[in-house]
Amino acid sequence: MSKRILHSVLPLCGIALAVLAWWAASRLVPDLPSPARTWEESKLYILEPLSKRGETDQGILLLAYYSLMRVARGFLLGIAMATPIGFLLGVSPTLTRMFDPIMQVLRPISPLAWLPLGLVLFQKSEPAALFAIAVCSMWPTVINTMMGVRAIPQDYWNVAKVLRLSTFTTFTKIIVPATLPYIFTGYRLSLGIAWLVIVASEMLTGTPGVGGFLWQEYNSLVYAHILLAIITIGVVGFALDRLMGIAEAKLRAV
Amino acid sequence: MPFIEVTAVSKSFAGSAGTRHVLRDVSLGVEHGEFVSIVGAMGSGKSTLLSLLAGLTSPDAGRIVIGGEPVRGIRKDGAFVFQNYSLLPWFTALENVRLAVEAAFPDLSRQAQRARAVETLERVGLGSALNRRPRQLSGGMRQRVSIARAFATRPEVLFLDEPFGALDALTRETLQQELARLCTDGERPVTTVMITNNVEEAILLSDRIIPMIPGPLDFAQGALTLRQAQGHPEHRRGVSPADRAPATLGTPIPVELSRPRTVAQLAHDEQATHARGHVIAALTAALGRKRVSTSSGAVPSAVLQPATEETR
Repeated sequence: MSKRILHSVLPLCGIALAVLAWWAASRLVPDLPSPARTWEESKLYILEPLSKRGETDQGILLLAYYSLMRVARGFLLGIAMATPIGFLLGVSPTLTRMFDPIMQVLRPISPLAWLPLGLVLFQKSEPAALFAIAVCSMWPTVINTMMGVRAIPQDYWNVAKVLRLSTFTTFTKIIVPATLPYIFTGYRLSLGIAWLVIVASEMLTGTPGVGGFLWQEYNSLVYAHILLAIITIGVVGFALDRLMGIAEAKLRAV
Repeated sequence: MPFIEVTAVSKSFAGSAGTRHVLRDVSLGVEHGEFVSIVGAMGSGKSTLLSLLAGLTSPDAGRIVIGGEPVRGIRKDGAFVFQNYSLLPWFTALENVRLAVEAAFPDLSRQAQRARAVETLERVGLGSALNRRPRQLSGGMRQRVSIARAFATRPEVLFLDEPFGALDALTRETLQQELARLCTDGERPVTTVMITNNVEEAILLSDRIIPMIPGPLDFAQGALTLRQAQGHPEHRRGVSPADRAPATLGTPIPVELSRPRTVAQLAHDEQATHARGHVIAALTAALGRKRVSTSSGAVPSAVLQPATEETR
């Protein structure tokens, strides 16, 4: 029992220490708002999370909602491309050998590099942002799906062979179910990356959302709001990962 | 002409230790409706032979004809039972069997397909476990599902790869009886080839037993001498699997016992004792030959140990 109390108290102690460090840092750096000042200047956004006062001057939940919607669209686009590619690469060693070098080169490219290309390609900020999110977030799904297909035990392939299953049936009844846990891990990692990319793309394109808000408040010298935006990004990212984790665990239990 | 006719079949695999000749010049015939067991130690090439018969792999040389047609790929009227059940864990027992029925009888209505799957599962006593997943079933029940999956396609030929190898002794016995019943039950007898390392199991189920004799090391010695002659340094390192000669089939031993047979009856039956003696003699003769070259004094029992352990 005491262990359980300790386990729930310890994270709180950690948070308290972090806030203390933040406070200490704010004493040293005059421009860094203290925790108290941050709260004072941000509470309007937090206490009225859904109010809309202007294009970028909106409640924090509303801003997070815009960002989430953008991430959702980019992420869906990304996995819609990544999943079939992963299956193809998993099934065909020839294709893997063909495209592996390209993948290895494309994977480490930063979202900041993709975004201008997106702007050139689509001329508008919104599709450019989606493009950057999709291209950056697709790799974990591609790689996990590919690995998942490769990890299918020989037994299952033998079943497909012996039962003379058609290619379609083999795909739907054996390859997909056997790969599903891997795919889902890929989705989870992809979503994490998509959320990382959103801030960069909103900052560069100036679209409303948490990232756009952060950049605008920096330009208008409201430094407390930068911290508000950073904390929001962290909390939302954490919540997304937890949700995907729960979904993944449910899936594995089946 | 026998229903299954294997003529001078050879098969080898390329490996890191060199090409391993698993089977050489193997010939065998199985009559229509007959139950034949191929008995041998693990690693003797039984599984390779069964894969060839089932069309999972193709031979390097020789001919395999089933029902007048040369074997090319998996037969439509063939079914296979694996040692490790090979059920799909994301499907229930019923769904696993239905998958086979749907693939074998695509023209039947979904309802008829389902009915056939249910009926077959009921025949193996799983009528109350239709919606359980493999994880929720015991080893014996899983193998029942696997057997049901094979019989649900109404096969003409059945290939059994150590079907009871992973089960405990009691479950094994029950399932052997059920299999015997299923094989003779239908309107037409199923031609069955089973591989096993259990002589008792073979006697209980088979019409004929064919011993599979692993390649003797006498040959390997010859190979090593040849290498020596060619200046190879490997001969000092001892024997690798590549040095083993390919397996051959012994003379078939008929089991002339009335059915149904029981394990208890087999223990004392004169015919069974006779067959058992023959099978063990055929298999130990091969081990004896190996003993000459390895001077290991292993005494073979009814359940054979992996050949590799004795040769090392």
